Amino acid sequence: MDLPTIWFVAIAVLWTGYFVLEGFDFGVGTLLGVLGRNDIDRRVMINSIGPVWDGNEVWLITAIGATFAAFPAWYGSMLSGFYLPMLVILLALIARGVAFEYRGKVDDARWRRRWDIAIVAGSSVPAFLWGVLLADFVRGVPMDAEHVVRAGLADVFNPYALLGGVLTLGLFALHGAVFLALKTDGPVRRAARRTAGRLALVVVPAAVAFLGWTQAEHGTWWTLPVALVAVLALVAGSGLAARGREGWAFTATAVTVVGLTVVVFGSMFPIVLSSTTDPAFSLTVAAAASAPYTLTLMSWLALVLLPLVIGYQAWSYWVFRKRVAPPPASPPSANRGISATESG
Amino acid sequence: MEALDLARWQFGITTIYHFLFVPLTIGLSAIVAVLQTAWHRTGKAEYLRATKFFGKLFLINFAMGVVTGIVQEFQFGMNWSDYSTFVGDVFGAPLAMEALLAFFLESTFIGLWIFGWDRLPRRVHLACIWIVAIGTNLSAYFIIAANAWMRHPVGYEVDPVTDRARLTDIGAVLTNPQAWSTYLHVVAGAFIAAGLFVVAVSAVKLMRERWPQSGAERPHHSEHALFRKTLRLGFVVTALAGLVVVLSGDHQAKLMASDEPMKLASAEALWSDEDGAGFSLFAVGDIENGRNHINVQIPKVLSFLATGDFAGNVQGINDVQARYEAVFGPGDYRPNIGVLYWSFRLMMGLGLAGVAISVAGLWLTRRGRLPDRRWMYRVAIATLPAALLANIFGWVLTEMGRQPWTVVGELLTANSVSPGVSLTQVAISLTAFTVIYGVLAVVEAGLLWRYIKAGPGHVVPYPPDGSDTAPAAAEPDTTDERVPALVY
Repeated sequence: MDLPTIWFVAIAVLWTGYFVLEGFDFGVGTLLGVLGRNDIDRRVMINSIGPVWDGNEVWLITAIGATFAAFPAWYGSMLSGFYLPMLVILLALIARGVAFEYRGKVDDARWRRRWDIAIVAGSSVPAFLWGVLLADFVRGVPMDAEHVVRAGLADVFNPYALLGGVLTLGLFALHGAVFLALKTDGPVRRAARRTAGRLALVVVPAAVAFLGWTQAEHGTWWTLPVALVAVLALVAGSGLAARGREGWAFTATAVTVVGLTVVVFGSMFPIVLSSTTDPAFSLTVAAAASAPYTLTLMSWLALVLLPLVIGYQAWSYWVFRKRVAPPPASPPSANRGISATESG
Repeated sequence: MEALDLARWQFGITTIYHFLFVPLTIGLSAIVAVLQTAWHRTGKAEYLRATKFFGKLFLINFAMGVVTGIVQEFQFGMNWSDYSTFVGDVFGAPLAMEALLAFFLESTFIGLWIFGWDRLPRRVHLACIWIVAIGTNLSAYFIIAANAWMRHPVGYEVDPVTDRARLTDIGAVLTNPQAWSTYLHVVAGAFIAAGLFVVAVSAVKLMRERWPQSGAERPHHSEHALFRKTLRLGFVVTALAGLVVVLSGDHQAKLMASDEPMKLASAEALWSDEDGAGFSLFAVGDIENGRNHINVQIPKVLSFLATGDFAGNVQGINDVQARYEAVFGPGDYRPNIGVLYWSFRLMMGLGLAGVAISVAGLWLTRRGRLPDRRWMYRVAIATLPAALLANIFGWVLTEMGRQPWTVVGELLTANSVSPGVSLTQVAISLTAFTVIYGVLAVVEAGLLWRYIKAGPGHVVPYPPDGSDTAPAAAEPDTTDERVPALVY
């Protein structure tokens, strides 16, 4: 493998890490409106991802930063080409990031209600849009020979891309439900298990349709088994969640997210952004890549630093390995009891 | 009106807004770490209260810094795709390093710190806030190295085939004198802002205690000593950082004279090359005809600041313009001279005022004293907006002084913008960011004020017996089956 290919893989890995990790916290945010029937439940849900969501989001920052360094032309065409969806994603990430931090800081029902809306919208909108964009990366957009994308909304939100969006929205919600079943206790855990089963009824067909479509139009010989594994893991994950095997269920939905990302990036290669105007205008890995000096430098950095990052992130998950549950002493209506455990 | 103009406005607005929070994050992370270290070593409850109180304010601010930072990373590609494609090979590397080395550290350990109070051994928990502080200060280096490269490009060549910049020496990029010199200046400026934040908050609390508002609850008796201590801590931080700001600023002026003569000349309204040039105090210029109507100067001081020699030569705007035309072809290579001239003065004036007030404050609060004039507290509070403005005018000088270039000598701003992005699209995003940022500013300020008013007793309640001891500090119980505390 040459350096640009290695970096294409590296960026695919960063996106995969992002979707596996932020996928479940998007899911928890999406389900906040559905599963969180009272304030205690909602706080349990938010606290289950509280210590980790910010670290999860850095996978996106790193994926984008690495794209900038390793494939400047890809970075430029992708972000300017999908201008408005990227803008909406940014606004959503701003709203939800602030919401997590500020929601609990004022003891007032209206205040919390508003931030809850920000969390639900700020999680579900990017969960949907990332699927749309992933699909568009594979399918391509109108792009000229200079790699300037001129895509209207109809080009971005085509049926294939919409299916991709429905899939990621549903898959992340399912992944989040399984995470909640794994990481919480009490009413939220029970509700999350039930919801996981119901979500599977939508997500499994969506996954079959999207992966099948991808495989038929863009896939290669080796993406087929990956797609099959992704679907099987999804079915298994839903079943395991219903049976209370939550650790295995979470592993299985994580495998599905990995599989989906691998299929998408595997189907793209060796093109990073394909042109529907003329296939000859497509931006390739080789054309988009930085020079060998930068790629070598970045390789050493990633090789040394990424294991370290994974190490301390894993440690932080271990520190917060206990299930989150409502304090046993306080009945669901009394919020005051918790406010005393202020921290930081 | 073109997409280019709005893209520039958007960059200016979002970056300035981002930089209201960044200096506070850089400085407060270290100040909170110092307070927690003091608690760790002495076990005194007042330090725990101070840590948690200022820690809370730090976190409210940190969240804004994080979310507005993501915008920056996307914005280069969204609005400036031609710039990104040209510089990515060089500029992207420090940015990726920032993410890998610093962002992961910050974001992971801030989570551990917020949620780890009763989960982690005390020492490890203390280490978490130090790691956040180090990560934050480290991240500043990489982003400033990238910015320094735009002003003084080194360690690269332009590929003749692709016409893109290509990194040839990362060492040169990271040891660019403009990088470390600017880093010292910016970080020192950040510590001034954070020091004065602590000063302003402490002054509010002390003022409210001394001149209570009618109907207000009297603060706990221990708060007087606590905020006197933090007030002095803020003064000390500001005074020390002030020293670094002055020394690095002096170095910056010399680098500016050699690397960016146009910026210095514009900041000084100096129109022609001059030996023994004077430092301008007040000027009214005629930009069209390239001269000043009025210019009040201190003789020879500019030459000394720029070259270290009172008789040294400083280049003037009209002469640099002629030289640039000879090298780069016809065009207007002058930045916005009026903005630069006043930004330079406001940066120095407001920044040094804050430092001077801190030095005076240290004297006025010596050996247990506190001033008893109300206006003195008001002045101390006013230093915070002054310091934030000084930071911002510094960046306005830096960035607008680089115009019309994005990469000096290599790429013009006009050629950097995304060719496929329309005026409407930029108008939508500029409006969206302005609105959401405006709303968040109000929410953030309100929240800060609420927590400042509530005081340290809100974050660590006082025991009913009137003493100031903290509830027994929870050493983590490794065997507990207790559920983790809900923090949010």
